[in-house]
Amino acid sequence: MSDTVSSNHAAPSHDTAPSIDFDKFKPTRSFIAARKRKDMAMRLLIILAFFIALIPLVSLLWTTISAGVARLNLNFLTYNMSGVVGGNPTPSGGYGGILHAIIGTLLITLGAMVISIPIGLMCAVYLVEYSNNGRLAKAIALLVDVMSGIPSIVAGLFAFSLFALLGGPGTVNGFVGSVALSLLMIPTVVKTSEEMLKIVPSDLREASYALGVTKQRTITKIVLRTALPGIVSGVILAIARVIGETAPLLIASGFIPSTNLNLFSGRMTTLPVYVYNEYSQGLATCSATALQSNPPCLPGIRMERAWAAALVLILIVLVLNLVGRLVAKVFAVKTQD
Amino acid sequence: MSSQTSVAEHSSSGKTSDKVFKGIAYGAGILILVALAAVTLFLLMRALPMVTGNQKQNEETIVSFTGGQATNFLQYVGPLVFGTVLVSALALLLAFPVAVGIALFISHYAPKKISTPLSYVVDLLAAIPSVVYGLWGGLVLVPHITGFWTWVAKYLGWIPLFKGPVANPSRTVATVAVVLAVMILPIITSVSRDIFVQAPRLQQEAALAMGATKWEMIKLAVIPFGRSGVVSASMLGLGRALGETMAVLMILSPGLGYSFNILQASKNQTIAANIAAQFPEANELGVSTLIATGLVLFLITFLVNFFARKITEKATV
Repeated sequence: MSDTVSSNHAAPSHDTAPSIDFDKFKPTRSFIAARKRKDMAMRLLIILAFFIALIPLVSLLWTTISAGVARLNLNFLTYNMSGVVGGNPTPSGGYGGILHAIIGTLLITLGAMVISIPIGLMCAVYLVEYSNNGRLAKAIALLVDVMSGIPSIVAGLFAFSLFALLGGPGTVNGFVGSVALSLLMIPTVVKTSEEMLKIVPSDLREASYALGVTKQRTITKIVLRTALPGIVSGVILAIARVIGETAPLLIASGFIPSTNLNLFSGRMTTLPVYVYNEYSQGLATCSATALQSNPPCLPGIRMERAWAAALVLILIVLVLNLVGRLVAKVFAVKTQD
Repeated sequence: MSSQTSVAEHSSSGKTSDKVFKGIAYGAGILILVALAAVTLFLLMRALPMVTGNQKQNEETIVSFTGGQATNFLQYVGPLVFGTVLVSALALLLAFPVAVGIALFISHYAPKKISTPLSYVVDLLAAIPSVVYGLWGGLVLVPHITGFWTWVAKYLGWIPLFKGPVANPSRTVATVAVVLAVMILPIITSVSRDIFVQAPRLQQEAALAMGATKWEMIKLAVIPFGRSGVVSASMLGLGRALGETMAVLMILSPGLGYSFNILQASKNQTIAANIAAQFPEANELGVSTLIATGLVLFLITFLVNFFARKITEKATV
């Protein structure tokens, strides 16, 4: 570098130190402009990416709300689909409803909760409190990860073939659906509970042991109680995830138009399956006279019902998400930072 | 425990409950192992008739499923695997740049105050049930996107991928890939964002101090740090796309073949959607066939998730 003394400037200098022409190393103006332009372009692209993602979200929510509100009324929520013929109105004055689907969704999800919350929670307790990071714990942690990647339809197939063995071929009822859903729910419950148990300060445990409290009591009275808000929030989010599952229930729980209150026998409709079923049937048949009558026969009624049921489903999921986040926020344990 | 004297038992009343509790915790852990083993075992058992059973009956079942297009299991499952991978790969291709862009937007561009609400908005996309995506895709997106695909086929039709004639309604692989891309966007975004936020602050500030522009700083200090995390996030997204049933079932017009013409209808089908579509009418042996395809799907998603996990492990160690 020192050799490159510029001869243009050849000022008669007295010292031997080379004078460096710094201007030569200066980036050209076009180079700076190009860098700036690239920066600007990337900034625009990145902001654009966010708005691209907003398009489907807004469109989906908007159409669901605007198309769903048309059919969403008390009659729709309080009647099932028995006695609904084509697009004809029912004697009650409506066009059929989703009462049976709401009941089915609640029962099946409740069943899944009863199975997966104790197992998931105790598994998390084992992983955090008892395992000491042994080989078994590592295997379980790995399998929980694998389980969270099981395609939902495979879970449905599993539940179906399990009960085909236990209860004879073709056993389809609400509980089979619960088993399928709990297979999808357990990994989420384990993971969130594990995270929550891990952040319980070990000072609390040690203080409890120092007082001579047994390990079981320490865990139930101190650790679990401290971690409770986080666990509840995680469980609610897990429920929100499985409540919208369709594919496994299509296989495991089937579809009927009437209300079924027994989880352990008979087919059971859930909201997502109801939406799919209405969608897949297409236009309803209406005779020429029925189209003129009052209230009229509506050929597009199935899509209207599908949108309205989808709206109810989205509302349930969003409320669950909101409640889950609020629980985590409001009841969070204050840890010293 | 029972051999101990009653006095000792009395003095340590918590001891039995301690043991029981520990036992339950152990049991729950082992139950998870058993459950997964059971899933694999049961599915294998049900799928077994496809391999060992009466081959003539198997052939009849598959012929009835495919309308004579395939006569053995490999011929049947091959196009399904191809369709599944094609749709998921396209979805990932579409979702990846947008997801990384959003993750960078939330972690580095958006003002601190609104970055949390913004990530909630993205999480909202994840909360929407897949059946609603299917409904939206089938009734809203399909009629609206046909024009766009026609345009694509007109100007990019020389690429085999976009060869016409464009199906109308466009119940095609391309449309399904768009819907799946929206569905896997949140998971890729949230994992990438978590990684980008952790990028070392000092390196970023050093890059800026050297006169780097913001994008150069991100290229130098954030992306190299987050690369493995982003790759594993996309693997997770891919795993989700592979197993997605409802959106595909409700939008795609199915066909059985190896075709790259994503704008034409009735060319491909995915494993998951095929199971849901064929299941209601399947007989005993038909169910076995479908379960065997389900097992193949399970294997594919298992491998994808396994590699995703391996990559994260390497990154965190």
